[in-house]
Amino acid sequence: MTTPEPLAEVRDLHVRFVGRENTVHAVNGVSFTVNPGKVLCILGESGSGKSVTLRALMRLLPVQAKIEGTVRAAGRDVLALRGKALRDLRGGEVSMIFQEPMTALDPVYTIGQQIGETVRRHTGCDRAKAWARALELLELVRIPSAERRLDAYPHELSGGLRQRAMIAMALSCDPRLLLADEPTTALDATVQIQVLILLRKIQRELGMGMIFVTHDLGVAAEIADTVAVMYAGRIVESGPVGRILAAPLHPYTAGLLASTVHGQPRDRDIDAIPGSPPDMRRLPRGCAFAPRCSRRREGCLATVPPEHYPEPGRMAACIAIEKHAEDTLLVHG
Amino acid sequence: MSQTVVFPGSAVSPHEDQAAPETRIRSYWQSVGYRLRHDKATVFFGTMVLLIVLSAVLAPWLAPFDPYKESIIGRLKPMGWRGHLLGTDELGRDMLSRLLYGGRVSLLMGIVPVIFATCAGGALGVIAGFMGGKVNTGIMRTMDVFYAFPSVLLAVAISGAMGGGMSNGMLALTLVFIPPMCRVAETATTQVRALDFIEAARATGAGTMTIVRHHVLGNVLGPVFIYASSLVSVSILLASGLSFLGLGVRPPTADWGLMLSTLRQSIYVVPVVCALPGVAIFITSICFNLVSDGLRQAMDVRM
Repeated sequence: MTTPEPLAEVRDLHVRFVGRENTVHAVNGVSFTVNPGKVLCILGESGSGKSVTLRALMRLLPVQAKIEGTVRAAGRDVLALRGKALRDLRGGEVSMIFQEPMTALDPVYTIGQQIGETVRRHTGCDRAKAWARALELLELVRIPSAERRLDAYPHELSGGLRQRAMIAMALSCDPRLLLADEPTTALDATVQIQVLILLRKIQRELGMGMIFVTHDLGVAAEIADTVAVMYAGRIVESGPVGRILAAPLHPYTAGLLASTVHGQPRDRDIDAIPGSPPDMRRLPRGCAFAPRCSRRREGCLATVPPEHYPEPGRMAACIAIEKHAEDTLLVHG
Repeated sequence: MSQTVVFPGSAVSPHEDQAAPETRIRSYWQSVGYRLRHDKATVFFGTMVLLIVLSAVLAPWLAPFDPYKESIIGRLKPMGWRGHLLGTDELGRDMLSRLLYGGRVSLLMGIVPVIFATCAGGALGVIAGFMGGKVNTGIMRTMDVFYAFPSVLLAVAISGAMGGGMSNGMLALTLVFIPPMCRVAETATTQVRALDFIEAARATGAGTMTIVRHHVLGNVLGPVFIYASSLVSVSILLASGLSFLGLGVRPPTADWGLMLSTLRQSIYVVPVVCALPGVAIFITSICFNLVSDGLRQAMDVRM
């Protein structure tokens, strides 16, 4: 029996932005895999390296970025691709949805022109076919009066419709892997949930793999199969979404969960994590979260904590885990 | 269309849907045209520009006299003298005819340098803006060197060094307009380059050339075009200035700046007639300016 090749595989990814005065260590040894038809959600606060990781999968990083490690997507070694092969991968096998639907669509072209352009670039079909495909895509993402919207400019659409058009554009060449960089952050709460449900539905229908980056735990709970929590460029905890949200092992994940507004009694203060994220130019030597951690012990600052696998499919990088894991597992079942 | 399109959430067929005009979506150029048509000032001054251009183009048919025919006895006559509607100049030539013919030279000197400068400066600006880094520094600092000279002085210096004449004058004006044009294009490109849709285009597999051609040019052409249209009036003024200083067109060619320069000595004899070339320059440049203002407002999507 052979296991199917994962759709995306990242091994020990390091990304550094080398500047004149200092070097920013944005991603420091990230590894994960995504299987076809599964959704991985990368959770983390601003500057934790989640978007950089996502962009590395498509090599959409500026030239100053030094990328090390292995990145395989759709069976290809992304870091070795050059020129046309790379352009064929982008938008063909792997495509991406951006956070700001306002700025991610070119204001001087109609929706139809922008989707048609992508379709023609990858399939080489004629204008009429591309147009028909664009219409089909707008209907797939449930845009009402799709035919008329093809002639609309981005500024004539609402935020939700624009994000749907963005999704349609990303789906135009039947990608196997869809990358979504906080696609719902810029939307209203009611529209957010619509777009999430749509994405989840389309992802299931088309059997795509998806990597979804967000800082919103509620969004992660809605869409993910597995969750990877990032802090200071490292994955500190990963595992199936239900288990992580129910019984977080890493103190950072626990802190994140405690600091949400959802489901808290009205009069209770929200437990914020004290302190602020570390300076990515000068990372602490050991665990990056240790300075803010409530369960800090002596060994924390000595070395980067090793990965523990307390349950099958679950990982947490914290030296306090062995003892703590037993406690929580006993409590939660 | 052979297949029927089903609209989710509505039972209307596409044909009925199109018959409902209240939600009609205008294309970009349609809405620009709509806004222009409802801007009375721009319509008025646009018509003026059109009339000025037409009168220059049709000068041979409109001019009542030969603009080069001199007359010893008919020098510096006031308006209306023996059929000379706008009087005669210091050599007895018909002012109206000379103004019409002079418009050809002045408009040419106004428009041609701007077109060349837009192409050259625009291209340099887009390259500088898109490449960034050292290329940007190289191009933009070179432009700054030219910027250091006042534009009038630079035009005078260049055409003075190369000698007078219309083509040298145009070349001088082109060189004067390249730096500001380049700066406008560079600024617009730098702004566009940082926007997400450039990265989004890259994420859909577009190559650098496609991105520059489609997404950068598409967004930069608007501001560049608007700036160019405002440069036309500056160019007409500068060209007139060059001719006035004897560095542009050579006599006896009819040109507004040159006419102003030669009629200057007779300002006390027939003041109104002597001021006419200046009036022509003033009206033309203010019309171009106001039209470019109107275009700026009409073409701005975000307003």
